[in-house]
Amino acid sequence: MPSFVITQKCDGCKALDLTACQYICPNDLMVLDKSTEKAINRAPEMCWECYSCVKICPTQAIEVRGYADFMPLGGVVQPMRSSDAIMWSVKFRDGDIKRFRFKTRTTPEGSIEPDAGYSTGTSDLKSPLLRTEPESSGMSDLSKLD
Amino acid sequence: MDIINNFETIEVTTDLLILGGGMAACGAAFEAAHWAKQHNLKVTLVDKAAMERSGAVAMGLSAINEYIGLKDGTNTLEDYVRYVKNDLMGVVRDDLVANIARHVDASVHLFEKWGLPIWKDEEGKYIREGRWQIMINGESYKTIVAEAAKNALAELGENGTYYERIFITGPLMKEGRCVGAAGFSLRENKFYIFRAKSVIDVMGGAVHVFKPKSMGEGLGRSWYPPFNSGASAYFAIRAGAEMTCQEIRFVPVRFKDAYGPVGAWFLLFKAQATNALGEDYMEKRAEELKNWLPYGTAKPTPANLRNYLMMLEVEDGNSPIYMRTEKAIQKIVNEADDEKSAKRTLKKLESEAWEDFLDMTISQALLWASTNVKPEEKPSEIAACEPYFIGSHSGGSGAWVSGPEDLAPDDYKWGYPNMTTVQGLFAAGDASGASSHKFSSGSFSEGRIAAKAAISFCVDNPDLPNIEQEAIEKIKEQVFLPLEVFTQHKDLTVDPEINPNYIKPRMFMFRLQKIMDEYAGGVSNAFKTSKPLMEKGLEFLQFMKEDSEKLAAADTHELMRCWENIHRMWQAESHIKTMLFREETRWPGYYFRSDFPKMEKNWKCFVNSRWNPETDEWEMTKKDIIDLVDLEEH
Ligand SMILES: Cc1cc2nc3c(=O)[nH]c(=O)nc-3n(C[C@H](O)[C@H](O)[C@H](O)COP(=O)(O)OP(=O)(O)OC[C@H]3O[C@@H](n4cnc5c(N)ncnc54)[C@H](O)[C@@H]3O)c2cc1C
Ligand code: SF4
Ligand code: SF4
Repeated sequence: MPSFVITQKCDGCKALDLTACQYICPNDLMVLDKSTEKAINRAPEMCWECYSCVKICPTQAIEVRGYADFMPLGGVVQPMRSSDAIMWSVKFRDGDIKRFRFKTRTTPEGSIEPDAGYSTGTSDLKSPLLRTEPESSGMSDLSKLD
Repeated sequence: MDIINNFETIEVTTDLLILGGGMAACGAAFEAAHWAKQHNLKVTLVDKAAMERSGAVAMGLSAINEYIGLKDGTNTLEDYVRYVKNDLMGVVRDDLVANIARHVDASVHLFEKWGLPIWKDEEGKYIREGRWQIMINGESYKTIVAEAAKNALAELGENGTYYERIFITGPLMKEGRCVGAAGFSLRENKFYIFRAKSVIDVMGGAVHVFKPKSMGEGLGRSWYPPFNSGASAYFAIRAGAEMTCQEIRFVPVRFKDAYGPVGAWFLLFKAQATNALGEDYMEKRAEELKNWLPYGTAKPTPANLRNYLMMLEVEDGNSPIYMRTEKAIQKIVNEADDEKSAKRTLKKLESEAWEDFLDMTISQALLWASTNVKPEEKPSEIAACEPYFIGSHSGGSGAWVSGPEDLAPDDYKWGYPNMTTVQGLFAAGDASGASSHKFSSGSFSEGRIAAKAAISFCVDNPDLPNIEQEAIEKIKEQVFLPLEVFTQHKDLTVDPEINPNYIKPRMFMFRLQKIMDEYAGGVSNAFKTSKPLMEKGLEFLQFMKEDSEKLAAADTHELMRCWENIHRMWQAESHIKTMLFREETRWPGYYFRSDFPKMEKNWKCFVNSRWNPETDEWEMTKKDIIDLVDLEEH
């Protein structure tokens, strides 16, 4: 099954109103099984392997086992995401391991100021100029077709 | 109906309603907030998922595919229009493509300020993957853009709101004007009626209309995300809007099975694709391209024709088709001055290649890991995926929208930019047609264009038409019908999945996929179809339409699946109707009409369709292509 939950590690997000994996899954797949108080992917064949649940789980309880109808067993791709970078470890079927680290963001989380310091050139609702234009485009005016 | 009494009706009144939370919706929210504030208007956004990770960019992206570079004089608007028009075999609206292109750079500059890491060279210029694409560290692309959209809505105080986990089922109409939308919550027993002066339809494209290649767990590994299910098209069609290019599906060629991106390999690493014999089929079959002039010999070769040459190889038995990763890497490494720098180059390349997958198709990394692929050692297979509807990428489907005041010819404009032919209903991103190649940045920009126009519509049309309680009750019954059907009949059989009185959404989806696959040019038929096949397919679709009233859902999650498949079914019908009407083959690598195997001059036009809500019939029309940019120039 694409994303799966490790029994030992999942604490059902007890401290939260809603489990993190259920909050995030874009396909509404992750649910809390009331009898076990553990999360489960309710329809693995509808999973995009997008890793959104893997990245957000506070206890690293979620991993992905590649689609069994075409992936041999043994490959593991696991991320650790912080607020400005992501670390990936890729384990091959033959045991080889590669690690990659990528930047994800250059500003602190939550700090976005929509105008980003640009000003808007017009208050005319009928003008084709959009918010922060033309300044944000780096041009003095909007281009037209010649 | 007892079931509906379990669902409280919540009525939300707003000025502008944004449906969806993806790239176009986030652009719309960012833009709308600014203009709404000046005019003291309310803006409400509704997404079926969590904006932070919803839509096609949920996983992230490794490139921004539309950046013109106007300020540096890298390219012109005309260049971009020409590129897009060639790629779509002449069928695009120049006015729409140019309008998006002239705003897209500004959007990208905002992304960068908001915190998206964009690759730069020593001079501080964006690093290009290809002529139009720039490279990013894009794991958090959607998270960043969603944060900007939410912060923009917050500028409106209580006039700016967003709702997550509400599934939009369809439009609210009043005398031909779109005045809102209906939906239900996936978390609480609530039915929602959103009433609005103007509505922006930005709920993405559609997948799982056709049978995918993997039918086990890999069903979910479509290139396009399984959670975009045709809501945009359904919404516009049912509102009575004119649609365009509904025949222009997209069939991407990607790494086989996991559908990892090939763009970086082709453009950045300059890799070649060959058949099993090591032959470059683009070279070998160059003559074939002359059958598709003037587009066939344009540079770059249109995506569908590249596909087509590959499909001809497969037909001739020359598969597997390979991306020669090992040769590309070897070539780059050989160009290094000494062994030390060769090692460094290899390391950098390796990291870039893996990031490309890890940023946007993690499954591909997993497939390489589970099959011990080291790209520097051996090539990897590529193949055509199943067909998708994604008007923002290399397909063209969507609503027919009004063009920009200062660029559009008169025939292409009837009011506000990006307004559909329905008063008050706007579309952008995957939801608007004939303006391909907008991608993430262009969809965001088009959402902005639509939002400013939609706010302007609210100012000019300050009345909020009333909807009678009776009409609302009727919609509510219809929305929850699958729950009612299930409760009524479930006790008849031991297995709730099998019951003669209803059909569950999963099997309903499989039935649709089988029809489309076999009759409408899916994978099994090598993308070929014909009039007799399509007519047969429509016959089966008619049964589906009737059976859709017997869809059954055990809970609200399944209720969503029912509605997703109703949306897909309408997308499917409009697709077949449009392919049937166009009696030629124009995009042979997307679909091929065996009964009309050639491109015809008299079909160099748009095909528009409209489902007439009064008569329940489809009206098909040809629309002229008005060229604003000369194709031949380059
Ligand atoms: C695999 C893949 C790779 C891509 N690579 C690139 C790339 O490298 N560079 C690039 O620039 N572009 C790329 N694109 C294109 C880009 O992702 C799209 O152009 C863009 O996301 C389109 O924006 P949108 O807002 O129309 O749709 P989306 O961003 O998909 O948003 C759709 C929204 O609608 C919501 N929704 C759907 N149905 C409903 C409903 N019934 N009710 C309520 N809400 C609903 C969804 O939850 C989502 O929020 C790629 C696309 C794919 C699929
Ligand atoms: S997010 Fe992790 S810990 Fe929380 S419920 Fe899901 S799997 Fe369990
Ligand atoms: S990997 Fe993505 S689609 Fe699959 S369960 Fe996790 S969040 Fe949902």
